[in-house]
Amino acid sequence: MLADWPLLSLVVWTHIVGAVLVLLAGDRAGTGAKRIALAFALLTFALSIPLFTGFDRDTALMQFEERVPWIPTFDIYYHLGVDGISMPLILLTTFATVLVVIAGWEAIRERPAQYMAAFLIMEGLMVGVFSALDAALFYVFWEGMLIPMFLVIGMWGGPRRVYATIKFFLYTFLGSVLMLVALVYLYHKSGSFSILDYHQVPLGMREQLLIFLAFLVAFAVKVPMWPVHTWLPDAHVEAPTGGSVILAAIMLKIGAYGFLRFSLPITPDASAALDWLMILLSLVAVVYIGFVALVQEDMKKLIAYSSIAHMGLVTLGFFILYTIAERGEGLQGAALGIEGGLVQMISHGFVSGALFLCVGVLYDRMHTRLIRDYGGVVNSMPAFAAFAVLFAMANAGLPGTSGFVGEFMVILASFKANPWFSALAATTLILGAAYTLWLVKRVIFGPVANERVAALRDLNAREYVVLGALAVAVVAVGVWPDPLTEVMHASVENLVQQATTSKIQMLAVRP
Amino acid sequence: MRYVYLGIPLAPLLGAVIAGLFGAFWPRLGRTACHTVTILGVAVSFALSLVVLWEQTAGGGEPWNGAVYTWMVSDGIRFEIGFLIDRLTALMVTTVTFVSLMVHIYTIGYMHDDPGYNRFFAYIALFTFSMLMLVMSNNFLQLFFGWEAVGLVSYLLIGFWFRRESAIRANLKAFLVNRVGDFGFILGIAAVLAYFHSLDYADVFAAAPMARGLTMEIWPGVEWQVLTVICVLLFIGAMGKSAQVPLHVWLPDSMEGPTPISALIHAATMVTAGIFMVARMSPLYELSETALSVVLVVGAVTAFATGLLGLVQHDIKRVVAYSTLSQLGYMAVALGASAYAAAIFHLMTHAFFKALLFLAAGSVIIAMHHEQDMRKMGGLRRYMPVTYWTALVGALALIGTPGFSGFYSKEHIIEAVHGAQRWGAELAYWAVLAGVFVTALYTFRMFFLVFHGRERMDEHTRAHLRESPRVVTVPLVLLAIPSVAIGALTVEPLLFGGWFGEALRVAPEHDVLATLGARFQGAWAYALHAVQTPPFWLAAAGVATAAVVYLWRPALAGVAARLARPLYIALVNKYWADDFNEIVVAGGARALGRLLWKVGDVILIDGALVNGTARLVGMVAVVARQVQTGYLYHYAFAMLVGLLAFVSWLLALTR
Repeated sequence: MLADWPLLSLVVWTHIVGAVLVLLAGDRAGTGAKRIALAFALLTFALSIPLFTGFDRDTALMQFEERVPWIPTFDIYYHLGVDGISMPLILLTTFATVLVVIAGWEAIRERPAQYMAAFLIMEGLMVGVFSALDAALFYVFWEGMLIPMFLVIGMWGGPRRVYATIKFFLYTFLGSVLMLVALVYLYHKSGSFSILDYHQVPLGMREQLLIFLAFLVAFAVKVPMWPVHTWLPDAHVEAPTGGSVILAAIMLKIGAYGFLRFSLPITPDASAALDWLMILLSLVAVVYIGFVALVQEDMKKLIAYSSIAHMGLVTLGFFILYTIAERGEGLQGAALGIEGGLVQMISHGFVSGALFLCVGVLYDRMHTRLIRDYGGVVNSMPAFAAFAVLFAMANAGLPGTSGFVGEFMVILASFKANPWFSALAATTLILGAAYTLWLVKRVIFGPVANERVAALRDLNAREYVVLGALAVAVVAVGVWPDPLTEVMHASVENLVQQATTSKIQMLAVRP
Repeated sequence: MRYVYLGIPLAPLLGAVIAGLFGAFWPRLGRTACHTVTILGVAVSFALSLVVLWEQTAGGGEPWNGAVYTWMVSDGIRFEIGFLIDRLTALMVTTVTFVSLMVHIYTIGYMHDDPGYNRFFAYIALFTFSMLMLVMSNNFLQLFFGWEAVGLVSYLLIGFWFRRESAIRANLKAFLVNRVGDFGFILGIAAVLAYFHSLDYADVFAAAPMARGLTMEIWPGVEWQVLTVICVLLFIGAMGKSAQVPLHVWLPDSMEGPTPISALIHAATMVTAGIFMVARMSPLYELSETALSVVLVVGAVTAFATGLLGLVQHDIKRVVAYSTLSQLGYMAVALGASAYAAAIFHLMTHAFFKALLFLAAGSVIIAMHHEQDMRKMGGLRRYMPVTYWTALVGALALIGTPGFSGFYSKEHIIEAVHGAQRWGAELAYWAVLAGVFVTALYTFRMFFLVFHGRERMDEHTRAHLRESPRVVTVPLVLLAIPSVAIGALTVEPLLFGGWFGEALRVAPEHDVLATLGARFQGAWAYALHAVQTPPFWLAAAGVATAAVVYLWRPALAGVAARLARPLYIALVNKYWADDFNEIVVAGGARALGRLLWKVGDVILIDGALVNGTARLVGMVAVVARQVQTGYLYHYAFAMLVGLLAFVSWLLALTR
């Protein structure tokens, strides 16, 4: 019954309807606006659950599809659908929305209604990005979601928020302009804006290379990959807690998702030709950024750099398949790498979100993010310390937490491609533990550093709920990741097939 | 699936969860409830272990290998959580649960006044669960799970007193050094998956002989044996966990944790995980002569070099810690000589007598009001008879006194390596032989300094000296019994009876224990025969030297230090290993991080590229702005020039 509903549209538009209601209620409604926001966040989360339970695990075809003409003149359709790659990301988005709404309950005192509405709109657009199957629609959602994020950082951000927002906006916007060119070119070649048609359209090598590079700029900025990553630490530092959570948990995933939805299937030959570049940049992210994270003095910057390093493992997992194929021993390991990258994306959503929330908990009380202002927090906040250590361990990839699963899969898979890839990727075991646990040592453990730390009060009920929910998610995926990977298999198999089928030959066969 | 197997790890886990969660959220669940529930969990686990051990040994049970649940399927590979129950597992779970049970009981006394009482019980029960999952695993994934989980609990327990700077430094160091080992370990697992397409022990071991001769290109033109690469990488993991040189540096510092966990985690169980792992992987290691030589040499260096360090320590726990390092070296030597059974045998006897020594040291520390410096002890024999006699048993077992458990295990390691025909065996033999003297010397130096001689403590401490309570002494006595007897009782079946069956695989041409077995004529005859062998006299010489130097002529220690000054300085500075790590490794990493950040990110990327682009745009704008004057005649003039240019171009084109 539920499967017949236009679930994806419901999830997208319920967010936005909720946002409108919250805005109408306005700040004068006080907690009323927040209650509406929470109700809608919970409702959309509930609506997204059937996407998981009703998902057919045996097919790589798009599911929950909706397709109606939108701008018939240009063959643009309002076309939504999910496969095993995008569906988990949608659930992650709706889950994160609930947490962000609860987390902003007290922390945001200025214009809370607008804050909540901005988030609801942003989440709706993000779900749209993950479910759009029409390139024009995708682009609208893709650019649209920048606006609320721009506002969130610009209005509720820290002292250098203007620099951060401009940097964030220009970086991501310049990236996407090239993507638009590529999308329009593909429309010209295939005669439709359907992403699924793009997957089938034959392309020559030169076209593919240009399209690949256009996509690369757009997605690499979002991921972000080295060397276009420097907007992220600034954006995180200035963003309010909720903004950081969404930025880290969802927005970074959109770039990585782009590689899977666009780059690999649309330009397989260019991907194969430039995979060395992708692997190189991924490994630089893991090692270089790992060292940079080590010496950060600001907690949020440290976690931001840690995010970049973790996303390096994601892109590594995606692009090792060509090296595996070149070895001529079959494609075993390719799907493991891609699924590993996907699991890492989901897990990073939980873990980095949780870490930013932890920093938020401290920031709300002490109004500083500098590591040296803390020390011995465990003495006054034992419950908080327990959560913080759990999430830190997950960030360091401890087995039994979600952080381990993706890391493990990618390291194992990349050994298939080249042991040295694996060895460089595995430095995350040492570097990740070093920067995360050194942070824990300096902030959480030790004697009470000053009176302000001594006066800290432990978590309140709301914080308990938010961190508790994330802790459950982190441990559940760590102990039993099978339900998560199970939904991916068919789509990933199909993707590996597409990514390793040359389009140049298709072109040659055509009359 | 047999519930007996499941119960072994789950009972302590349940205890940990109840003590941990309820202890935190529901303060009314008092101390008694917390320690009762965890002790009950471990006791149940121990009882079930005995059932399994009995089944596997006397009951004629067949090994059981099966899955508990499927953790994940990806790329057609099933990653499972499962158990392999054979005699090796049975022996390990019994040892682990027994020592754990003793430590749990002892903790009631040792941690009596600590505000973190409930937390401590939750941690050690969680540790027991993790360790059991590690030894019961039937695949590499779960092995790594257990491997990291025991590391986590070790981290939490070393830093248990989290207000102490030294404790939280030590736990960070322990975790990071272990992670260096894990770096190798996970690559080893990745190599196993890459070449065997499975992480199940059974599949991998079955396919291993076929992989013989298979090579991989490490570097263009450099081909290495796949099995050697796998075994060496896995052993790097073991070097971290089992603290082999040069990854040994974390173990002495781990003594910052409370003494019960030094006994349980950093002596009896967790640190032996690496030894257990190599023994479990014997079907792989047997196929790589090179890897076994690596194990042999690393073990030999560890056994000798870290034993020497024990000679110059003043902290009672650190002496025992260095002794543990040295004994782990002995176990690694046994592995390297293909005498896996001897390694596991020494692992078991060592678990008993080293746990005993640690707990005895803890008992002394309680009596001394948490003073650990041996220079402030002395003459404690009069005040603490039970501790004294049990510590003596532990010390005698450690130095390998004929008849005691440590004698049978260590003696066979020395003989096995003597018989081994492997690169490095010669060196290893002399190292472990000389190690016997060193072991006896540092052990009885400690023993005499603590229990004999002048009473060097202050008056206040002396006035309060008394024997520890029952909860402390009863575990001591219970551990002393196997420390004496377990060796003589089990040496024959374990080493020569093929007791381990298929669990430990030794190639016939490597089987040094078989040669020893041919000469073996029973435990008692062996003990009597020992007085004719060099190790016995070396040990006796060690004890005698300790007696002369530390009881009768204390000035001699200073003379010896002066005579061998370079060696003494090297020992006091712990071979500068900590300084090297602190300055070169940690300092280097921070400096590199700062360089990449300040130069790479801030100056190059942000300064030159990002803001540079912005500046460039700005500069272009400055120039372009000059044109926008706002005067109509300027614009008209520009239009005219443009039109002229356009028309000329058109004409040029059409001509």
